[in-house]
Amino acid sequence: MRGWPLRIYVILMLAFLYAPILLLPIFAFNDAAIIAFPLAGFSTRWFEQLWSTPALHQALRNSLVIATVTALLATTLGVCAARAGAMASFPGKRAMLGFVMLPLVLPEIIVAVALLIVVRQVLDLDLSNWTVIAAHTVICMPFSIAILNGAFQNLDPSYEEAAMDLGEGRWGAFRLVTLPLVMPGIVSSLLICFIISLDDFVLAQFLTGQNPTLPVYIYGLTRFVDALPVIMALGTILVTLSITLLIIAEWFRRRGLARAGIKDSGGFL
Amino acid sequence: MTDIAPAPAVPARPAPAKERPTLIRLRDVHKYYGDYHALRGIDLDIREGEFFSLLGPSGCGKTTLLRTIAGFEQPSQGTLSIAGQDMKGVPANLRPTNMVFQSYAIFPHLTVAENVGFGLRRDPRSKAEKARAVAEALEMVGLGGYGNRAAHALSGGQRQRVALARALILKPKVLLLDEPLSALDKKMREQMQVELIKLQRNVGITFILVTHDQEEALVMSDRIAVMFEGSIAQMADPETLYRRPNSRQVASFIGKMNMLPAHVTAEGGRIVVDVAGLGRAEVSPEQAPGGAVTGSTIVGIRPETLGILFPGETTDRRLAPGIVDEVVYYGDMTYYDVRIEGVPEPLTISNKNFIGEPVLDVGTPTQVIWDERSLVVLSR
Repeated sequence: MRGWPLRIYVILMLAFLYAPILLLPIFAFNDAAIIAFPLAGFSTRWFEQLWSTPALHQALRNSLVIATVTALLATTLGVCAARAGAMASFPGKRAMLGFVMLPLVLPEIIVAVALLIVVRQVLDLDLSNWTVIAAHTVICMPFSIAILNGAFQNLDPSYEEAAMDLGEGRWGAFRLVTLPLVMPGIVSSLLICFIISLDDFVLAQFLTGQNPTLPVYIYGLTRFVDALPVIMALGTILVTLSITLLIIAEWFRRRGLARAGIKDSGGFL
Repeated sequence: MTDIAPAPAVPARPAPAKERPTLIRLRDVHKYYGDYHALRGIDLDIREGEFFSLLGPSGCGKTTLLRTIAGFEQPSQGTLSIAGQDMKGVPANLRPTNMVFQSYAIFPHLTVAENVGFGLRRDPRSKAEKARAVAEALEMVGLGGYGNRAAHALSGGQRQRVALARALILKPKVLLLDEPLSALDKKMREQMQVELIKLQRNVGITFILVTHDQEEALVMSDRIAVMFEGSIAQMADPETLYRRPNSRQVASFIGKMNMLPAHVTAEGGRIVVDVAGLGRAEVSPEQAPGGAVTGSTIVGIRPETLGILFPGETTDRRLAPGIVDEVVYYGDMTYYDVRIEGVPEPLTISNKNFIGEPVLDVGTPTQVIWDERSLVVLSR
């Protein structure tokens, strides 16, 4: 029985990570208003309740709009940054790329407070979905750049030159050669940014306008004890969605590597 | 083990293209990258239909020069014209040049046929005509029927052929080749050298080849420009370059050259050199291509122009006594290093092994045969 301490360690770690999440579907389908064992029986009524709550639908719509726009913005900016990082050389490039990655390690609450001050005191704007989108774009960009860096770094700089040599302009070379080759990275980045935006609570809590996003709405619900099973049901849906998107994103990233014939250099999954 | 297989047959070189009109003209071209002076006043005329090579060690500016002609770099100073047209401000996609990149830059997401047909996107011809042109181009480089293959599944040699077909299908005036053979193994490289020469003679397009391999340049080119540190040190046909290098730097970069101290005197219009260990000899002005400066200098002799006088042989050519210092036997050839009194370094002699000739042992006293016609004065 060689390696059994390691095996136990792995099992404990996985339990620690995922057992709380496993509670979500268990209580989401439990036919009782109180979150406690023993279980009362199977029921889908909490999901039915989700279906008939208009405020929830509004929050979901908000979140989806914000996540979609954020994903598009952050990925577009990420493409620009990653391309510059991989192909261009300019003074202060390393420092600049380092600063772009900084939001990755800044405490979110600090970023949130700082952005709130900028929006309200400096720019004197009203809080709205757009302020949330701006904040989410800031925290999504490092992820987008990290994913796209891999895609661009593996690209032979001669590809675009070859396309130009064969008669294409700069844009044509980018569109016909670079873009298809980094497309799996772009899709992966879109999905990851979408999930990050969808899951974010701290920034949205500070910067949301009249209509809360889904996590902010859920947080509001926790004040009511009898809403807990509904949150469990909602959580089950969100976790499933996140995991699905993450798997799709990773699949695209790996396909991109395979297409360019490169070895894997690490990723998110 | 050294490769002793005979070189593959090469079609005869056509008559020198000296009368053909100039296609590419560079005048006083300089290129700076910040403080770095990459090109230092390049003057160059490349003729139509010529196979021209830029030869030099890495960092000498040969690739920068090629990329300047292609339009990927702009000269900091000086003029470049192709077919009589000034290329200032003309981007790469509008120049009558096409390039085979060192990495080949085959687009990995496209098939072989899509790669080769990439440059035909703006061509007004019908789809069927383009497909025929692609098939012909693939046929020309020996890849007929490979059109539907995925590009990333090709071998190095096949990639290069695809890159050639992709560039030549556009019928450029000039084909630029950036170290196209450096990624191939020795056997494949020799085969592709011959194929490139044949291809160039068939299509009649001007080829400009960048290489650091002197043998490759000698085998393939009509003319070669040898570059060091951003300048052209010598520009000549392969034979002149090999037999009459104009400086020590060129002489030692191309092939093996014995260098001997010598003293030059001009006696009534004649150039007389007193070579250490060998003796006095008169040389023609062509044997001093870099100019003969009277006084102490260096003369060069190629190993294959020297010979060994074997026991029992006689000759009326000039001799110098010496002792065999080193023997390297290659099968078809034997390289002897012979120490001669008065010469600081042993002379290297490459001797073709004829029937009945013994291979001499180290330490054997011998006579070195030499000829004043093979001396070259290297003042610089």
